Amino acid sequence: MRPFEYVSPNTRTQAISLLGASWGNAEILAGGTDLLTLMKDDVVAPKRLINIKGIHDLHGVSSNAQGFHIGALTTLGDLADDATVRRNYPALAEALPEAASPQIRNLATLGGNLCQRPRCWYFRNGFGLLPKNETGKELAAGGENRYHAILGNEGPAKFVSPSTLVPILIAYGAKIRLEGPKGKREFPLEKFFVIPKNEGEREHDLRPNEIVTEVVIPPASDVRAAHYEIRQKEVFDWPLAVAGVALRMRGSNVKSARIVMGYVAPVPWPSPEAEQALMGQPINKDTAQRAAEAALTNAKPLSHNAYKVQLARVALRRAILKAASGGVS
Amino acid sequence: MPDYAWPDAQHRTLIGTRVSRVDSPAKVSGQAKYTYDVHRPGMLYGKVLRCPYAHAKIVSIDTSAAEKMPGVKAVHIVQGPGAAIHWAGDEVVAVAAVDEPTAEDAIRVIKVEYQQLPHLVSDAEPPKGGAQEEGPLSMDALDDMLDNEMPAGQMVSQIQQYGITEKPSEGRLNELKEDGASDAVLDALRTAAVHPEAASKLPSSYQKAAAQTVGDPEKAFAEAAVVSEGLYGIPLIAHCCLESHGSISEWTDQDHLFTHISTQNVSGIPGQMAEPLKIPATNVRVHQDHIGGGFGSKFSPDRWGIFTAEISKKAGGKPVRIMLERDAELEVAGARPSAYARVKVGAMKDGALVAWQSNSWGTGGPGGGGMPPIPYVFSIPNQRQEHIAIRNNIGPARAWRAPNHPQAAVLTMCALDDLAAKLNMDPVEFFGKNLNLTKQRENTYREELAIASELMDWKQKWHPREQIASGGMARGVGLSFHTWGGRGHASDCDLTIHPDGSVELKLCSQDLGTGTRTCILIVASETLGIPMDAIQLQIGDTTYPPSGGSGGSTTIGGVSSSTRRAAADARDALFTKVAPALNTQPDQLECVNGKLSVKGDSSRSLSWKEACSKLGAMPLTIRGKNPDRSKPPDLTNSGVGGVQMAEAEVDADTGVVKVKKMVAVQDCGLVIDLKTAESQCYGALIMGISYSLYEEKVMDPSTGRMLNADMGFYRLAGLSDIPELVVHMMTGKGYDERGVIGLGEPPVISPGAAISNAVANAIGVRVPFLPLTPDRVLAALEQKAGA
Repeated sequence: MRPFEYVSPNTRTQAISLLGASWGNAEILAGGTDLLTLMKDDVVAPKRLINIKGIHDLHGVSSNAQGFHIGALTTLGDLADDATVRRNYPALAEALPEAASPQIRNLATLGGNLCQRPRCWYFRNGFGLLPKNETGKELAAGGENRYHAILGNEGPAKFVSPSTLVPILIAYGAKIRLEGPKGKREFPLEKFFVIPKNEGEREHDLRPNEIVTEVVIPPASDVRAAHYEIRQKEVFDWPLAVAGVALRMRGSNVKSARIVMGYVAPVPWPSPEAEQALMGQPINKDTAQRAAEAALTNAKPLSHNAYKVQLARVALRRAILKAASGGVS
Repeated sequence: MPDYAWPDAQHRTLIGTRVSRVDSPAKVSGQAKYTYDVHRPGMLYGKVLRCPYAHAKIVSIDTSAAEKMPGVKAVHIVQGPGAAIHWAGDEVVAVAAVDEPTAEDAIRVIKVEYQQLPHLVSDAEPPKGGAQEEGPLSMDALDDMLDNEMPAGQMVSQIQQYGITEKPSEGRLNELKEDGASDAVLDALRTAAVHPEAASKLPSSYQKAAAQTVGDPEKAFAEAAVVSEGLYGIPLIAHCCLESHGSISEWTDQDHLFTHISTQNVSGIPGQMAEPLKIPATNVRVHQDHIGGGFGSKFSPDRWGIFTAEISKKAGGKPVRIMLERDAELEVAGARPSAYARVKVGAMKDGALVAWQSNSWGTGGPGGGGMPPIPYVFSIPNQRQEHIAIRNNIGPARAWRAPNHPQAAVLTMCALDDLAAKLNMDPVEFFGKNLNLTKQRENTYREELAIASELMDWKQKWHPREQIASGGMARGVGLSFHTWGGRGHASDCDLTIHPDGSVELKLCSQDLGTGTRTCILIVASETLGIPMDAIQLQIGDTTYPPSGGSGGSTTIGGVSSSTRRAAADARDALFTKVAPALNTQPDQLECVNGKLSVKGDSSRSLSWKEACSKLGAMPLTIRGKNPDRSKPPDLTNSGVGGVQMAEAEVDADTGVVKVKKMVAVQDCGLVIDLKTAESQCYGALIMGISYSLYEEKVMDPSTGRMLNADMGFYRLAGLSDIPELVVHMMTGKGYDERGVIGLGEPPVISPGAAISNAVANAIGVRVPFLPLTPDRVLAALEQKAGA
């Protein structure tokens, strides 16, 4: 780890003013479960660390007519224990304890979960987010890409978006709120994630001097939702495929569906094709399978990850069936 | 001649019972100090600059900026300009500084220019016709032959046929003897033709080993009723010690070194450090209390152990600590060689095995590596083996718990299991039918197979491969056999009885975490007739009598024998001093529960303390020493058999495999501590599940770097991945009287084959290579669907 300056502001305004106008100089420290690892491995080397944990109004949760507000500094552990989450967003409540380990959940924040960097082993070994060797040859496309993207991988970005919580948050219709020197921004969570085209670009629509302040999930009392993850190990393992599904029903048929895949692309991957396939349909094995197939029609696996197409399909099919059966798998 | 023989079952009070480890409280409370925990006053922190390339030549090194950096106390060039690098992560420069960040900063400002060379990090099947013929044998090749337990006659004929690349010193010959080389082999080496030019010849990446043929395989295959052919393999994995390799070295004066080191071989370290440091072995003191895993990778001080001492000297003798970081631990601190094979096996209609043919290959890094002992356990009458060793830049190999045996078990037991399936035979019946081919282990295996079947409920769970559910969850069972030597090593110990009744026992053994301390105390306590906690045991320091390295399952046989001898002699010496006071002869005395009495007359007795006061002013010290290895063993022995069964569940939609149950039935002669013996098996099963399902060293073809040198993607089984584990130790008549035999290696040999066979039984098709990851399982299912 290289030397850095450490500041601990108490207000959002202070924090924002301490951030620079370009990436690479300052990083925000919240739970630190990802950032400190990246710093120890010399993948990032910020000159200034801004510890935002002292900003009180970024902590905690609240509810109003707009929905459920989660402060960016709320830990995954606290969120998993929250009664409102369990009651109103059971699929999120199910996803939370599957993330990482208890020790990490007790430190890791929701804001940090959204902003964590990809787990791509080329990136983590210092070959860059769009990894190349010294001669400029792309490494992931012809290399060890068993865990890499099968969708949205036409450009140089082959990594997969790392959050396991984001698919179900997007399926629930979550919005993200940011704050910077020019004021506040709010947009649907899926818009927060972008596919970088050049080294130096980030995988988030977050300006270098903005901070994530909160996530808002709209009321979901009429939603049947489910989260499904395929992992090799029972716990504390990066998944191979994630699916988040939220259905609104009219009678026994689907009125509207929100279907999002994780770990398949450099961004969380909503599937309008699958949503379309379910519209007006009852949920059964066949319709779920058709929707899952529609979602993966355009998959373009790399040299060693064709199996992930099958895993993504299965995760989606199981999530749809689970959502329809009231979240019980 | 004193009688050291182990007491029979009626006369054992502790031996063979379940005794908890004496060091458990220290370990679970965090009081136990591992080498990693050692922090010496004024200690400096060492860091290492590692080569980022898998194959390169060092052109130039500029350390001037690091040397000028405040807080940097020493800079040491490990490999200078001109040196060739054969794997990424190899050591180039080391520095010592007042703290870790300063040492890291210093490493970062060192400039090294490399000339990159072409690398190979793959161990895929060699191209046809691409392999070089066998030439003169290197010392590494001889080591491999010994590891593989190649028959002495075969070794002699190969040495005579090919010659050797260097004339071995007498010291080297002694090492080979220690590793099991027979006198005939040593004589062959002394008279072999030496071809030093062959050592410097640029070797091909693919080296053919001599083909071996037994009987008439061609004829046997032609006559066989059923022939099965398949592809099998087990990858290169890391040792992944949870306590990484490393040491803390300091010079107590100009020519005396004190080293704390994480090692399996405390007694052997001084000799290995003395020569490179140019000091007598007597001047090296080594100390270790506890070790966090070695698995065969911690016998030597390693290059980094030597330069830690050298840097300490440069820094005026101050303690210097270099413990490997996790990535270095996984990249450079050892790996188990890979092994793959195309295997053809044939049997008669009744299942009797008649023919084996294998074309195998594998890598142990730059050294290539030998052929595993295949076919394993079953001496099939007609055999032909060809092997190609791949020399590549994947990193250096080391002995990994039961060297070459887990590989041999996978290549053999999976091929035989496929043959059983082709015969439509239950593997228990099929393997049972062929147990005559296991020679002297036949009865052991037969008993173990019956017990394992019972414990697994095999009859209920096994089904023919065709009868599987399509899609969804599929369950199956599989089994494997294994064998190992395990005779005790050379071990000396000193047992002292003080006139005040206190007793101490000293030996320079280590406890790998297997319960060695506990077992030594059990033997001493049982022999002296006093409680375990009345004996102070000191191990892990070279100021104590030497006791062998813990490798090859040799420790328990070694330390239990020397302890038994010392304790028996000390007890008898004490009886001689005490007999007159009780008005009897020494051979009429016994000591039970801390009370010395005349046999059959408990009224004539003394407490232990009273008895010891008869020693006079001087304590009594007795040296226990094991008989030379050339003599037949008495208290220890060699040769065990084990049977394991696994039950696996496969999600046929995702390819995710879960092990649901494992059964290990194991023989190890006379068990000293049943509890730690069982624990040894539990640990081996867990390690086996990890290497069957998760572990592999993932190498990037383009950069030659290991991509998963971290605990996130170098996966080990977690608590919830570990199913019901059932361990049954074979004890009693037929086992106990053989003496004490080591248990470290055997139970870790079979899990790979047993789990792979269980998966094949579950899904009806072989997944050729471990680890059994979803991509491989789905590919096998797809191939089956397409077939």
